[in-house]
Amino acid sequence: MTSTVDTPADATRPAPPSGLLTVARAPGWVRYALLAAGLIAALWLPNGLYPAVAVDILCWALFAVAVDLLLGFTGLMSFGHAAFWGASAYVTGLVAIHAGLPFPAAVLAGALAAAVLAVPIGYLAVKRTGIYFAMVTLAFAQMVYYVANEWRSVTRGENGLQGVPRSLFGLDLSDDYYFYYAILPIVLLGLAAAWRIVHSPFGRVLVGIRDNPARARALGYPVHRYKLTAFVLSGFIAGLGGGLFAVGHRFVSLDVLHWTTSGKAVVVVVLGGIGTLWGGVLGAALVVRLEDWLSFSNFEAIGLVTGGIFVLVVLLFRRGIWGSAEALARRWWTSRKR
Amino acid sequence: MTGFLQNTFNGLVSGAFYALLALGLAVIFGMLRVVNFAHGAFYMLGAFGAYVLLTEADVPFWAALVIVPVGLGLLGMALERAFIHRLTRLDPLYNFLLTFGLTLILQDLVKLRYGVQSSPYATPSALGGSVNLGLFDFPTYRVFILGFAVLVCVAVWWLLSHTRLGMVVRAATERPELTRAFGINVGRWVTPVFGFGIGLAGLAGVLAAPMRAVNPLMGADLIIVVFAVVVIGGLGSIFGSVAAGFGIGLVQAWGEAYLSDFPIVSQTVVFVVMAVVLLWRPAGLFGREEAPA
Repeated sequence: MTSTVDTPADATRPAPPSGLLTVARAPGWVRYALLAAGLIAALWLPNGLYPAVAVDILCWALFAVAVDLLLGFTGLMSFGHAAFWGASAYVTGLVAIHAGLPFPAAVLAGALAAAVLAVPIGYLAVKRTGIYFAMVTLAFAQMVYYVANEWRSVTRGENGLQGVPRSLFGLDLSDDYYFYYAILPIVLLGLAAAWRIVHSPFGRVLVGIRDNPARARALGYPVHRYKLTAFVLSGFIAGLGGGLFAVGHRFVSLDVLHWTTSGKAVVVVVLGGIGTLWGGVLGAALVVRLEDWLSFSNFEAIGLVTGGIFVLVVLLFRRGIWGSAEALARRWWTSRKR
Repeated sequence: MTGFLQNTFNGLVSGAFYALLALGLAVIFGMLRVVNFAHGAFYMLGAFGAYVLLTEADVPFWAALVIVPVGLGLLGMALERAFIHRLTRLDPLYNFLLTFGLTLILQDLVKLRYGVQSSPYATPSALGGSVNLGLFDFPTYRVFILGFAVLVCVAVWWLLSHTRLGMVVRAATERPELTRAFGINVGRWVTPVFGFGIGLAGLAGVLAAPMRAVNPLMGADLIIVVFAVVVIGGLGSIFGSVAAGFGIGLVQAWGEAYLSDFPIVSQTVVFVVMAVVLLWRPAGLFGREEAPA
């Protein structure tokens, strides 16, 4: 092969993710059918899988959607979203243990804490773009990790927070099967909120900033403030997922803040399809299911597999599942019209 | 006073590692616009390479200091041709993700073979003991690391500023299109430069083997600190990356020594510095402004 690596990628902007608005443009019955299929799948999930795995999938679905809100719709790759997922997990755990509130209130407190944490981190991070944004968010997330690691009196360090209760007005939620249905409404609310954000005028501005920041600025939009708002909203949604994750596992360990968690969230989004929102949900389901299967079959090197998937997806499957499916559907649709 | 000098010296030694790693990252970024997440993994492979050569083939430290960086450089070139090359035309984020995946793979491969516990690597006998630096004694090996790292940084600087090859690399970094228009085959240098950057990471790893615990995760947390270092220095600036590397080493060592009641400070000070730099000079201390966004 002749070496023709030339333009370092500066000039070549990323192809805008294909997903946005294509589903919205699809005929009404397709949209409603997809929505119905999604809801039925969500209701059926714990009957087809271990309920504990189904709970994890719901939490990771929120996490992925939060990351995609930034990566796919604002053009910012946060490689430090574990900070918000994990901070919320800890706050949720602490509130649930010490205040004895019903778990949705604890999760809400956790998600709000994550959003508050996202304000300073986002304020600093949006000063940079592209790859620098990824490095800066990664670095700040690592800082949060170190703080949690050292602040043992609160976080219990390596031991983690144990015995996070699942209290909800005296209902018995110790069975993961029932717990799944208890958190499903919260997760659906979170997903609906993300959908609403993306399809609001605010979301359109974000996409405009993603595609052409200079023009968005010239049109008078305060670009930094929009990005920061998106970052905080994303932190809140990731926090919802992290809080539910803490209650789901009844345990919070430092893993929730580790950089591999941030990285995994991005993998999940790329696998599902950047800028497709629902692709991230599919990606979450696949990755969580796969990791469960690997650890169940005593395979030790999970990183080998997730890393391998990562490499393959980035090399060969950059549109992701949802993006590819959409491209196929569109081709089929146009060929039928002719 | 003696204590202060000692802390300063220790800071410069750990700064030497940051500087070598940041230098490799900066060289690679300049030529390829790739931020190599796997840089920490290659540092770890460097240390493991030295360890494996010693325990399984009786290859001494001095030979490993040459063999390992060269070998890893070749591995890096192979990876560049096989994977990274395919993505350089796209958004740099894709290569960041790709090298993140490679990091997980490399770490787990080493973990599978050698477990997660740390393996000891004896300091080479010629560098054992300590030397008297006037006011205090200091481990010979650390003096060696510092001297060697400074030497490498100077050599790379000389290479870039005084040779034809360096001229091509600098030109290709600044204006790839224009350089090509002058009839210089820029593409030819991409793979060797990547290999060179990886070699530097491997070199840092070999140097670290006798001083730090050799284990599969030794590069993982380090690379994130190095990312903060290059954000502080300005990734586009080679001098800035090296200077920030040493600077952060110093600040960390001082923090550790004088704020020892707050162990949290020494671990997070680098990120606090990064936050201040982002507020004050978002492009990094020695970086140039990016295109407005």
